[in-house]
Amino acid sequence: MDFVNQLQRKFIDYSSSLHREGIVDDQFTQLRKLEDENSPHFVMEVASLFFEDCEKLINNMAIALEQKQGVDFKQIDECIHQLKGSSSSIGAMRVKNACIAFRSFSDAQNREGCLRCLQQLSHEYSLLKNKLQTLFVVSVASRYLYVCLLMVGRENEHAEPFSDVLVFQLEQQIVAAGGSIPRVH
Amino acid sequence: MTVEQIVSEGKDQFPIGMRVLAVDDDPTCLLLLGTLLRRCQYHVTTTSQAKTALKMLRENKNKFDLVISDVHMPDMDGFKLLEHVGLEMDLPVIMLSANGDTKLVMKGITHGACDYLLKPVRIEELQNIWQHVVRRKKKDRCNSGSKDKPHPDSGEAAGIGNVDNNGKLNKKRKDQNEDEDDERDENGHDNEDPSAQKKPRVVWSVELHRKFVAAVNQLGIDKAVPKKILELMNVEKLTRENVASHLQKFRLYLKRISCVANQQANMAAALGTADSAYLRMGSLNGLGNFHTLAGSDQLHNAAFRSFPPSGVLGRLNTPAGLGIRGLPSPGTIQLGHVQNSGNPTNDLSKLQSFVPGNHNTNILQGMPMSLELDRLQHNKNVGHIGELPTTDSMTVFPGSGNLVDARITGFSNNQLLGVTSNSLMLEGSSQQATSHTSVSAIGFQNGNALSDFTSIAPASNQLQDSKAGSQGQASPINCNAGQIIRSAPQEWNAPRKDAPYQSHASINSSIPINGAMIQLGQCLDRNNSIFHRTTDLDSVGPLNFVDPLSIKHSEGDNSIMEPSVIEKEGYLMFQPRPHGSHVPDNIGSLEDLASAMMKQEGGCNGYSLRTSI
Repeated sequence: MDFVNQLQRKFIDYSSSLHREGIVDDQFTQLRKLEDENSPHFVMEVASLFFEDCEKLINNMAIALEQKQGVDFKQIDECIHQLKGSSSSIGAMRVKNACIAFRSFSDAQNREGCLRCLQQLSHEYSLLKNKLQTLFVVSVASRYLYVCLLMVGRENEHAEPFSDVLVFQLEQQIVAAGGSIPRVH
Repeated sequence: MTVEQIVSEGKDQFPIGMRVLAVDDDPTCLLLLGTLLRRCQYHVTTTSQAKTALKMLRENKNKFDLVISDVHMPDMDGFKLLEHVGLEMDLPVIMLSANGDTKLVMKGITHGACDYLLKPVRIEELQNIWQHVVRRKKKDRCNSGSKDKPHPDSGEAAGIGNVDNNGKLNKKRKDQNEDEDDERDENGHDNEDPSAQKKPRVVWSVELHRKFVAAVNQLGIDKAVPKKILELMNVEKLTRENVASHLQKFRLYLKRISCVANQQANMAAALGTADSAYLRMGSLNGLGNFHTLAGSDQLHNAAFRSFPPSGVLGRLNTPAGLGIRGLPSPGTIQLGHVQNSGNPTNDLSKLQSFVPGNHNTNILQGMPMSLELDRLQHNKNVGHIGELPTTDSMTVFPGSGNLVDARITGFSNNQLLGVTSNSLMLEGSSQQATSHTSVSAIGFQNGNALSDFTSIAPASNQLQDSKAGSQGQASPINCNAGQIIRSAPQEWNAPRKDAPYQSHASINSSIPINGAMIQLGQCLDRNNSIFHRTTDLDSVGPLNFVDPLSIKHSEGDNSIMEPSVIEKEGYLMFQPRPHGSHVPDNIGSLEDLASAMMKQEGGCNGYSLRTSI
């Protein structure tokens, strides 16, 4: 099944590109390794928590920087710190680096600099979110695809393209990739 | 899993099943931490609130073996939590932070942390944290080992040592009969307790002390000699030396309380100025001393010892007339050396017995003993020892016994004294079965302490709450999914088979992509029974495409397998064509694919997870 191969390859390429571009780092790989049968959606869960958290913090910082009376740099510092912690935990390298840069401006109490950094941070965050979402969508979709193809091929006698041979090929690929084939009754 | 199961499991295959409490206000990190810890096969409880964590710990000290806590938390500072835990429960605490400044790490150490980890935390680091539990248990065993150890008479020696403003107590100690055991010797000696213990330690329990006092009274305070007292008491395993030291302390105590009235005026004048400086030093030492109290960190002790007794102490000494050798005239001695103990020693007992009576009047009388450790942190809390029972001397001593029993090794000011007694009570109480008796016997307590001590039991569902909380954190998505299922509009056009399918389909169609991802995953989790007709998508493997898809097919429900049905079910984000033959060969860029999927959903409303609810 060429399609499955393609999808598989694309997935791998895509996720390596994330690493290459520095959007995620080794910590993300560690996160992926934590997924198993017991927690199959772990990375997604953590990522969504992170997205929520990040948006909230970015909002708070934006509001804080808007204050006419005076910017509460301490609060901003706290936000940055927390964001740095969570971004490093999830492996979002560029977001983390943006936080580090942000911090120096916040320490200097430089409002303009902070605004610029916040923008940069926001940008990095959006980038990360898009990429990760794509990754998730494709991985989940491809899983479903496989399932469907398999089921269609197996159970539907009238499905011509999915002869047993093709299904067998699919299985071969899975096994070759280190997976196991579910037994269908 | 019940606690009992966990405990038994934990004991059998330590470190597997070790019970860890993880505290972090950041949900991302908390989830990650919890998962990593579970991967190490520990039993994990997570909470984002430090206060909840404290409640859980107070509820049952034996519920956890180890605490991991973030440094920056909104409701309570991580260091504060660290102190509390160290004082009240004496559990090993590991600090966690994204900030690895040397200063912060030092702060962690001085506050008593066993370790300081940097975020992002890696599983390799977590795999070794059990060493802190073992280390502490070992120390515990040695410290509180046999109860026959000689009473820290060396406390007295230590006091003597303190006299010379040097904080050196070792020399003087040897002058006394007993040489203090290593456990007592937390003067910065790097003693991981040797397993060999030199002398058994005597615990002056309430009973014992009562006998002692009775014997003394019988003999007459002037005529009471250790040998005779010993005979009268008729207690096994009590040596003349034990009695002698106890007697000495008793005498000093009596003298002190009898002289209190006389000394107050003098002391007030002399110590008035010393007070503030003292407090300052106390606060400086305070944290370190808390440590000492917990007896957990040698490094801390060393640091602590490095605080040289200032001139303040010198001043305190003079009016106190420290002539601890023998029986100096006023009971000021105790105060003097209490405050002067720049070195943590086990004058604990001494301090307990001889609450600085000759200290400032206010201090003596106005010290509600409070177990609220928060307050103990404040400088105002000078020596919250509570009302000294002026008449019933007996009540004081048993406490000392207990206190000695605990692993407190010393403290240098009244603050600590208060803290010490509190924590000691807790510790001593917890370590001995006679919890309440010892507490009450001490007589320091007021209703406050007792009630605090006994009523630290929040609702039993605390743990569950926290668990729920952690679960809630870990999978907020589940809730979302549930709500979405309920509220999602029906956009899917295909005929429905039944409601669940319907809702799933609509979820697919109306939920923004990332939400969909999550919800879909969760829906799959929740609706296994529905899905199993076609596939158990929940068991679709992890993110990695090449991982096995452990699909459980149902028993041949062929009708379901029509492609059209699949299409209606909308399991796939993109619509598989009938007979599955229209799957595109060229999927193009993944991003295009993703957006194509999203378009098919009939327009998503942006990418916010939350807004989909």
